[in-house]
Amino acid sequence: MQFSIAISGFVALYIFMLAAFAGWVIIGHVPAILHTPLMSGSNFVHGIVVVGGIFVLLNASTVLEQGIGFFAVLLGAGNAAGGFAVTYRMLAMFQPSEHKPAHAKHGHHKASHSGKA
Amino acid sequence: MLTIIPQFIIGATGLAAAFLFMYGLKRMSSPVTAPSGIMVAGVGMLVAVLASFLYAFDISASAKPHLLVNIGLAIVALVVGGGVAWWSGKKVAMTSMPQMVAIYNGMGGGAAGAIAAVELFGNKADGVTQLAVTLVGALIGAVSLSGSLIAWAKLDGVIKKPLRIRGQQAFNGLVAMVTLGVGGYIVFVTRSGAIPLIPMPDEIYLFFGCALAFGVLMTLPIGGADMPVVISIYNAFTGLAVGLEGFVLQNPALMIAGMVVGAAGMLLTLLMAKAMNRSVSNILFTNFGVATKHKHGDIKGSLKPVEAGDAGIFMRYAASVIIVPGYGLAVAQGQQKLYEFVKLLQAAGVSVKFAVHPVAGRMPGQMDVLLAEAGVPYDLIFQLEDINDEFASTDVALVIGANDVVNPAARTDKSSPIFGMPILNADKAKKVYVVKRGQGKGYAGIVNALFYGDNCDMVYGDAAAVLTKMIEAVRALGTKAAA
Repeated sequence: MQFSIAISGFVALYIFMLAAFAGWVIIGHVPAILHTPLMSGSNFVHGIVVVGGIFVLLNASTVLEQGIGFFAVLLGAGNAAGGFAVTYRMLAMFQPSEHKPAHAKHGHHKASHSGKA
Repeated sequence: MLTIIPQFIIGATGLAAAFLFMYGLKRMSSPVTAPSGIMVAGVGMLVAVLASFLYAFDISASAKPHLLVNIGLAIVALVVGGGVAWWSGKKVAMTSMPQMVAIYNGMGGGAAGAIAAVELFGNKADGVTQLAVTLVGALIGAVSLSGSLIAWAKLDGVIKKPLRIRGQQAFNGLVAMVTLGVGGYIVFVTRSGAIPLIPMPDEIYLFFGCALAFGVLMTLPIGGADMPVVISIYNAFTGLAVGLEGFVLQNPALMIAGMVVGAAGMLLTLLMAKAMNRSVSNILFTNFGVATKHKHGDIKGSLKPVEAGDAGIFMRYAASVIIVPGYGLAVAQGQQKLYEFVKLLQAAGVSVKFAVHPVAGRMPGQMDVLLAEAGVPYDLIFQLEDINDEFASTDVALVIGANDVVNPAARTDKSSPIFGMPILNADKAKKVYVVKRGQGKGYAGIVNALFYGDNCDMVYGDAAAVLTKMIEAVRALGTKAAA
């Protein structure tokens, strides 16, 4: 069995194309009310770069490589942790009205939205 | 066996992370499921980061003697970087959110650039394609890092004025050309074995220096009010840089996550530019606010100031009120007071709704977050296209700290710089109250005909102070009635 991954030219382009479409379609459905958490949420997602940072740091063999690799992990970890913290804080603030059947109302809202699209 | 099992786990967790990111973002499409969406994405991140330590089983021979040190460094970097960012993210005020997002985004760009730097210094890229992709990712990441830091400085008030010098665009273009030139030279000349003009490591320093300088130069002339669009672009840039470095490292999770964010950021940028009635290139390459010497059409009528208490009582006896909050409300920290007033009105049987313009605040959707923070339920908050038709049948429109987004010139005056911008039709309500600090103009520097309309009264003062007076007046009414 072979589990190492090799992605060459065109395969990479296929992945990029499909991912770009997925991002475009998923984000297109987010209502404007959530645009700030969405921006910080997508900001959090590219914090995955920390994984690449760990890879290059573990493979570092000179002091220069170790230094830059450390920097990469430091920044990437900051991106991921900070992005998560602020996004979760913001999303937790969005609450429905207490005395109304908020879910039903929201469902109606959504229905009118998709009807337009 | 020793390498196959870690490889399998890394591959599987990467796949899981990519799926969880997309599923999490999908769940963000409604306020009901959104908090669980970010949790789902967070689990994906955690699993992928933990699994990435398994790379230790499959490293290059030259790195083997340093493995323990490197693992230690990685743990320290994770704890320090993650800890500081987590703490600052928990602490930051909601009004400072745009600059915080700018910082985190710059960090991601910097990380992508640093990964590229290790690949370049270590001469690890094999083949022209890999080297070129590494360099493009490095360029975008570095621009995103330095540009985001300038954006942060501007939003935080460290840099107060846009810096504009003659011939700036030409100079910026030159720096961009030099950066690309050095990059091209590294790919095509240095790699071919020819003796380079500048020795190898210095070439890379020069390349990064130029790229970082370009990010600074490109961001400096852009006005503070356009910064949200700039942050959104850099968010997309960082995503792109991460995706490209993901290809260099042969890591599909990075490729997918990066490209999803790249596309999402681009879409968001276009939506914002549309809501501001500008094109993205107009925001990046023209100095807005300089050339708007606009002749105002003759505006009839006068500004009619009224007392806050009288306005409050009028709304108490109205059947329906739509509130249009703008950034002036947040500057005055009046959101809590506003919701207190709204609850009073609701208790008196008034139907109250909030109408939020897409670019209200310093970031799209920031006003929604600020209202949510004050406790306003999201089902009272409506977006422009959902509520604009309701103004005509509404008793009172209460405009607080907003100006250009309710300027009817955008509908009627073809010579106005904001002509064509989608606005909230507050002027169509039967009665309009505008709460404003003074008689100044909005960010676009345009006179607002709405304020002079027959149906419009002005309430001057700090938003929080005005709302306090309104609350007091309505409360006093209640006690009188009871007595």
